[in-house]
Amino acid sequence: MVHGEIWTLKELFVYPNEYIYWSIQIVMYPFMTGLVAGAFVLSSLYHVFGIKELKDIARFALVFSFALLFAAPIPIVLHIQYPFRSMNVFLTPHFTSAIATFGIVFFSYGAIVASELWFLYRKHFVEVSLPLKEKKDKTLLEWIKFVIFRTLTLGVYDISEESLKRDEKAIKILAGVGIPVACFLHGYAGFIFGSVKANALWMTPLMPVIFIMSAIVSGIALCLLTYIIVMEIRKIKVKVKSLRKPWMPKLEDVKGIEMSVIRITAKYLLLFMMFAITLELLDLVFRGYTAVKHWDILRTVIYDKEFTNIFILQYGMGTLIPFIIFLVPGLTIKRAVVGLVLALMGVFMMRWNVVIGGQAFSLTLSGYMEYVMPIIPHDWETFKEGLGGAVSIFILPFALFWVFAKIFPVFGTDK
Amino acid sequence: MRSHIWRPLYVVIGIIFLALVIRGFVVPKSFGIHEKGYIYGWYNKADENFWKEVKVKYRSSEYCKDCHGNNLSLIKQTPHAVIQCENCHGPAIDHPENPAKLAIDKSREQCLRCHSYLPYPTSNRSKIKGIDPERHNSGVECIMCHNPHKPSLNSLRGLK
Amino acid sequence: MITRRDFIKYSMQGIAITAIPFTAMELLKPSGLLAAKDIKKIRWGFLVDTRKCVGCGMCVKACQLENEIPCDANVSRTWVERYVLLKDGRVLADSPKAARDGFISSSIEMGHGKYEDVKKEDIEKAFFVPKLCNQCENPPCVQVCPVGATYQTTDGVVLVDRKWCIGCGYCVMACPYGARFFHPVHHTAEKCNFCYHRITKGLKTACVQACPFGARLIGNINDPNDEVGRIIRTERVSVLKDEFGTKPQVYYLGLSKEVI
Repeated sequence: MVHGEIWTLKELFVYPNEYIYWSIQIVMYPFMTGLVAGAFVLSSLYHVFGIKELKDIARFALVFSFALLFAAPIPIVLHIQYPFRSMNVFLTPHFTSAIATFGIVFFSYGAIVASELWFLYRKHFVEVSLPLKEKKDKTLLEWIKFVIFRTLTLGVYDISEESLKRDEKAIKILAGVGIPVACFLHGYAGFIFGSVKANALWMTPLMPVIFIMSAIVSGIALCLLTYIIVMEIRKIKVKVKSLRKPWMPKLEDVKGIEMSVIRITAKYLLLFMMFAITLELLDLVFRGYTAVKHWDILRTVIYDKEFTNIFILQYGMGTLIPFIIFLVPGLTIKRAVVGLVLALMGVFMMRWNVVIGGQAFSLTLSGYMEYVMPIIPHDWETFKEGLGGAVSIFILPFALFWVFAKIFPVFGTDK
Repeated sequence: MRSHIWRPLYVVIGIIFLALVIRGFVVPKSFGIHEKGYIYGWYNKADENFWKEVKVKYRSSEYCKDCHGNNLSLIKQTPHAVIQCENCHGPAIDHPENPAKLAIDKSREQCLRCHSYLPYPTSNRSKIKGIDPERHNSGVECIMCHNPHKPSLNSLRGLK
Repeated sequence: MITRRDFIKYSMQGIAITAIPFTAMELLKPSGLLAAKDIKKIRWGFLVDTRKCVGCGMCVKACQLENEIPCDANVSRTWVERYVLLKDGRVLADSPKAARDGFISSSIEMGHGKYEDVKKEDIEKAFFVPKLCNQCENPPCVQVCPVGATYQTTDGVVLVDRKWCIGCGYCVMACPYGARFFHPVHHTAEKCNFCYHRITKGLKTACVQACPFGARLIGNINDPNDEVGRIIRTERVSVLKDEFGTKPQVYYLGLSKEVI
């Protein structure tokens, strides 16, 4: 079976070699990259623009952005036919290709986030590794911990007042540089699609900008959602502990979710959502008004074949409803959670409608292709290019975050 | 006191250096910018040879002529002269060494490629003598009656 | 005795070897720097005369055997399309299994395993259009390859490096003609390369040789005496989808506006 044949249904006249080659993993890829960029922008709002209310979530967002950063290229690696050759992108990059440039930008961005994290947690690394160094008979676990943290200090043990001041300055500069790079990173993901002239739906210079806006929406939404969930879990943990062991801190002593954080973050979410929807509608209106050769088939795809995905799931449930939820005064945590989940789903559907929608019609402009996502896998290919692969990719950053949170204490401030 | 600020940068430079060392070992020496410039000519020159050395399988009727000249001159006098031997007899490759015997396509479908009548007024297809495969001795191999080397209807093999 | 050409060659090689530590810089060198002096002025071009094609599909069969594309795979380096225009204005088109078995039935494949029967009286016009890779002068597939695994040779043919291709599918997406696909066995990007192993030996491509009606021709269009070049220069030819600026080098005679 040819790659792509198993999940493609053809209708009317389609070229013989055409299949849906870019499937669910290529939907996940810009989605995950968007989350990376969005989470970073959120953290920078505090570090660069000094929005004090976001101090707590900024630290959290940065670590989460780092976890997402590792998950973002996995969809591409899973999707390509020769995963072990993915190194070729770095060895012989072809800079006229958006994917190759993406590799370089991705690496630079990773370096910026890692450096920023290092400056932020340098003090913590020193504080952990020094007492371990003194300790005489270390257990194996302590040895491992010692080696990891010693490596992480990069040989710097100076935590004087003066050097910490320098760290803060470096963080500010890195966060400042990071914003354009994060936008560039995700803009490139948009460029990968927007520059494909063969595809009538993808080719628009607005694509990178739309991608950046919706990326920030999704990044903020996921950070806020995870923040709420993590805080709730902590609350429950403390509750259970204090019931069993009365001497442990009581629920009242633990800092809970700050409503102000949610409200302010939601404000930014709304702002970027507005930008995203404006640009998307502009694109749609423009296509309809100019109505060039391919509009006939695009119209049938947008208003007929993909109507549910575009107008109900993406614009209706994914944009309009969260918009109303956050706009109506008296925001509660429960309402916020619903709004955030819907906003995330909306951005995911936007990626879906670009990637799958762009392949829903043939290059002949007189035929259609339908993507039947493999749900129950019967081999590796149908797993990775199906529901299982997508879900695994979505879970991955949370697992990574759990690991990273052990090295970078996210909620250290309230102790 | 040296500033610690540049430490992460050293790590980055180290990684880039490592990548360049790996590149030196892994990337073929013939990989580079070639005649068509960077946009269209960024590749491993040695790969051109891979494509040049692909085995030629279809050798054309000229190749058949030396041994099977009789058959060839026979068919050259018929409307089937335009058809290459290998279209039905299969690619010669290194025949008679390899393969010793060619697998001839004598199927009904092979003849129907041209002789299934399609009512296309503006196409040469409708000018070729054709039949309706559903009605014309359905299921019987064409070569039972017709000789592809002497396709004239005057030289039918079996019963009319 | 060292000739000037050898001198240039060796010094180029020397530069290339010493440049290895500076490979990062090499990437940024201006493109023309390594341009060799003696490019043979070959430019392969293809001519399809759609008026001669009868849709027998011999070309597709020959191509698949010559280029080792499994016959049962539903992809092909070359294919033949059928266009049937009805009196009510509808345009039906298909290319069942890339026409590897030709067109035997007059019913048109409509996808989802359905066929539409067409009556003789309803047909206004009908014709066949063979298609293959256009070996564009500005190939968008080469532009987007992230690793330099697909490239344009000096004689204008676009090839794929099977040992370097990562299989991302970006080139497949970038081709406006649907000429590219994944090889069912090698799993790398695959496409027609004008039978590069044949044309470089002075042979015709497998499809040109197999066509009984002369609907396909290949030649060096830079050669003033070449038949294909002459027809392209002197007759009224067209190309497919020229609005993309790809400058396709497969020329067509007798193309109709319905063809896409």
